[in-house]
Order: sequence, then structure tokens, then C-alpha cells
Amino acid sequence: MTRAHVLPRDAAAIAGIGQTEFSRHAGRTELQLASEAIVAACADAQIEVADVDGLVSYTIDPVEETELVRTVGLQEIGYSARVPYGGGGSMGVLMHAAAAVASGVADIVVCYRAVRARSGATRFGGAKVAVNVANTHAGTTASQWCMPHGALTPASWIALNATRYMHQYGATNEDFGRAVVQLRTYAATNPAAWGYQRPMALADHQASRWIAEPCIRMFDCCQETDGSVAVVVTSHERAAAMPHPPVGIAAVAGAARFEQEIASDHYRPDLSVMESSAVLARRLFDDAGFRRDEIDLAMIYDAFSPILFMQLEALGFCGPGEAKDFVGDGNLAPDGSLPCNTNGGLIGEGYIHGLNMVTEAVRQIRGTAANPLPAVEVALVSASRTGAILTRS
Amino acid sequence: MESVTARPAPRPTDDSAVYWNAIARHELVAQRCDGCSTLRHPPRPMCPHCRSLEWCEQRLAGTGSLYSYAVLHHPRSPAFDYPVLVALVDLDEGIRIVTNLVDIESRDIRIGMRLRVAFEATSDGAAVPVFGPDPNDTVPA
Ligand SMILES: [Zn+2]
Repeated sequence: MTRAHVLPRDAAAIAGIGQTEFSRHAGRTELQLASEAIVAACADAQIEVADVDGLVSYTIDPVEETELVRTVGLQEIGYSARVPYGGGGSMGVLMHAAAAVASGVADIVVCYRAVRARSGATRFGGAKVAVNVANTHAGTTASQWCMPHGALTPASWIALNATRYMHQYGATNEDFGRAVVQLRTYAATNPAAWGYQRPMALADHQASRWIAEPCIRMFDCCQETDGSVAVVVTSHERAAAMPHPPVGIAAVAGAARFEQEIASDHYRPDLSVMESSAVLARRLFDDAGFRRDEIDLAMIYDAFSPILFMQLEALGFCGPGEAKDFVGDGNLAPDGSLPCNTNGGLIGEGYIHGLNMVTEAVRQIRGTAANPLPAVEVALVSASRTGAILTRS
Repeated sequence: MESVTARPAPRPTDDSAVYWNAIARHELVAQRCDGCSTLRHPPRPMCPHCRSLEWCEQRLAGTGSLYSYAVLHHPRSPAFDYPVLVALVDLDEGIRIVTNLVDIESRDIRIGMRLRVAFEATSDGAAVPVFGPDPNDTVPA
């Protein structure tokens, strides 16, 4: 029985995934990167590119739909949408794609994200001064309220929440480092990852320079990455006729509370709790009828290591303040209770703004991941305020 | 030494001008709803509680306590001195603002410490609010 707030379990499935290499200098435009990833995703699904009739991306993606359509040769677009709130809203692309397919307004929808976060005009982690206070649909008012005070980066905005979290629960930057070491261990054996063959010890983490004291060191930050990821979403019926076993979008949901922002989320009363993720968990677990102990793989948005801790708690995998012990006890490892970010995460693999969490979940369910887990039937993807549960069909 | 250029002026919108215009004349204000008297920040045209569009400016005492902070080291903009001490201050009237800490060493910062507002000039004759330890606070840090 379908319950409120989530799409029906069989609304749609992922039939194909594609990506470019992840690098620090792509040497080509976002339009080209997106086009390459979309063609790769269609090849993976063994569908004609021209059959794609839906496009979904992020509001802040630089690739213009008209240019994309004429570049990859799409013939007839029935549905297109853009999702706000940056990476926190990233699983909204799956929601739009699945809803479009379920409603019948489109048959084959491609979700894409293309970035040159390292070599492009603006480095993601670079110091930006308040040049534009217009609404950029990025889910933040930081250019108004943070930048005049020298808080010029997402790391600096999130640091205010992270310091409060540490104060509330006694977590330390070394605790965060234990998660980073695990992520870098996964990345070290993932050839697609920035951190491939570069594992890290806790001492290396603790020796890295402060970005924002007392919570975020350099190695607590995701990788500014050039690259693109694309995901083909269609009906279960169509997906079943394609070469890979379909990966069901069994539940997809969004959740944001009054006064919340992405990254610059400073006006909720208690910043030591990631309330949006608690609401997300209610929708994905309670409303959709999944149990936490059914989750074989968790892909959790780790733009900065502290928000991984805050999501683990808000999603209910451990109690408030317990993430330091949950992580320290090795639960994120392959043999732990919640193998997490097995591609190395955004910290270890690269930062395609969260969409590379979906490709890793699909690979784990298919059994084709670089660090394969024994048998992944149910995977959670949490981008903090949007998320999905993906299943082996 | 790299010369430090003037701190950039805030860029108010029509909705937020009430706050920044007051800061420019060295006053800290918030919008107070005429319908239900609730104070709000950041500024917005409608009260989210009673949906009244009527409001007035209320001058705030400029005192509060430190809710959270971060000592920013990297990346560096030439417009600021480093490390930048960025803070969230819970004002005594019950609203929270993003600001900077001044007149304090980072090692002496304590969450919960009492603070008082001051104002720092920016380019274009504007200002930003900053907070230092409250000299009237008798509670030992
Ligand atoms: Zn009101």
C-alpha cells in the first residue's frame, strides 16, 4: 500500500548510468561533459539517445537544455525540470524523473549534472565575495548574510553548524577524521576516484591544514571535481527489457523545515541536529515502509565530514551524539553494520554534486562496483534534505 | 605584506534594506510584526506567523550570547584579515544573526559567552555589525 509523501514503490527504475572521468582539469566544457555522460548512460541502457524525452538537472547546472538537446541530438522533449537547493536537493532529480515517468508525461528521462568545480570560472571552494545577491535558486542566502562577514565558502557556512554540533556532543575533528580515513580507504581501490591508490592515515588527516577551526580541515572537504554523471530513468517495464537488471526507485522523498537553507542553514533553533534528514528518514522509512536494518548500503552526502555524522544521527542509524562511536567502531566499513560511501564518497571519489552517489548505489546493486559488497538488495541515498531508496528489482 | 583592501560593503536587496540601512547608521534593528509583535530576521515582507504585511523597525539592545563560531583560515580573500572569526550570535530579543567576533583571541572564544555589538566600516561608507566580549558582563568566561 502506497502511503503519503513518497512515490509508489514501482513508479520508476534506473536503467542506465554514465559518467566522464573525474579530474581536476577536464579540458572541455560542461556542455561536452554532460553530452558525453548522457551518451554513456544511454549506451549502458542500450537505448537510442534520440529516444530520451525528458531532462532533469539542478538549477545551478550551467548546461542549457536547448544547447544540450541540439548537441546530443534529442528529437522531442516532453518533460524538463530543474531542482533547487544545490547538492542537498540533488535526489530531487530522481523524484522529478520518477514522477514524470509514473505520470506518463515522459518515457525516458535523463538526470544529469556537469561541473568544472576545479578548473572552471569559479572554484567551488574558492573565496567568493558578495557580487550577486539575486536569487540564484541555490538554496542559500549566504551572499546576503554570510559574505559581508568574510564567510565566503560553503565550508565556512557549514562550520558554524559543525562547531555547535561538536560543542553539543563532544565530538572532535579527530572523530571526523576516522570517517575520512574509511572514505579514503574505499577511494584507494576505486580507479575512478580522485583518491585512487592514495589511502590516508588518521595522522595525515590531523596534519592537514585548518580550513575552519575547530571543525573542518582540508581533508574533511570533498574534492572540487570536473566531470559529469548521467542517469537514465524509465518505467520498470521498459527497464526490464534493457540489458542490466533494473534498479528500482523504491522510494524518493524531499524534506525541508521552516527557515532551513542549504549550507548556510543558520536560523533553525538547534543547529546540532540535521532536522531535514530526520524528516527525510520519516518519509523514506516510516512512510515508504522500509526498515533501517534492511539497508545494505548507505550513500550519504559528505561534502564535509561533519555533515556525514549529523546525517547518520538524524537518519536514525545511531542516537544523537553517537556518530563518533558509530564511526569509530567501524560501522561504515565493508563488514560494518552500515557500509557507507563505498566509492570513497564525495570526499574520496569526487564531487559531482551528489549524483555520483546514485551511480555507486546502482553499481553495488548490479554487483559491478569497484569495492563490491556481498549482496546489496536495498541502498539508501541521502543528500540530507532529499533522498531515495534504491532496490534490486 | 599584502595590502588589505577595504572590507566589501554588504549588498542589500529591497527586502533586506531595513537591516543594512540601520547598520550603516550604527543601529541594530529587526522587523517587528504589527499583527502579532513577533520579531524576525532575516528581513522579509510578510510575517510567517500571522501573514501580516505591516511591520515596524525595532531597535535592538545589541547584546546577546555566542551560539556558534568558526575560525576561518582558508581560502583567503584580500578583503579580509585572517583568521576571520565568524559567529552566530543569539540576541537577547530572541533572533540570531551572522556576524564577526572582535577584540578576542580565538583561544578565548567560548560558546555561550556574553557579547555586545560594535560596528565596522566597509567600502562605500557602509558598515557591518561585529561583536566583542561584553564589558558589562560579570560572569567569568
Ligand atoms: Zn505576525
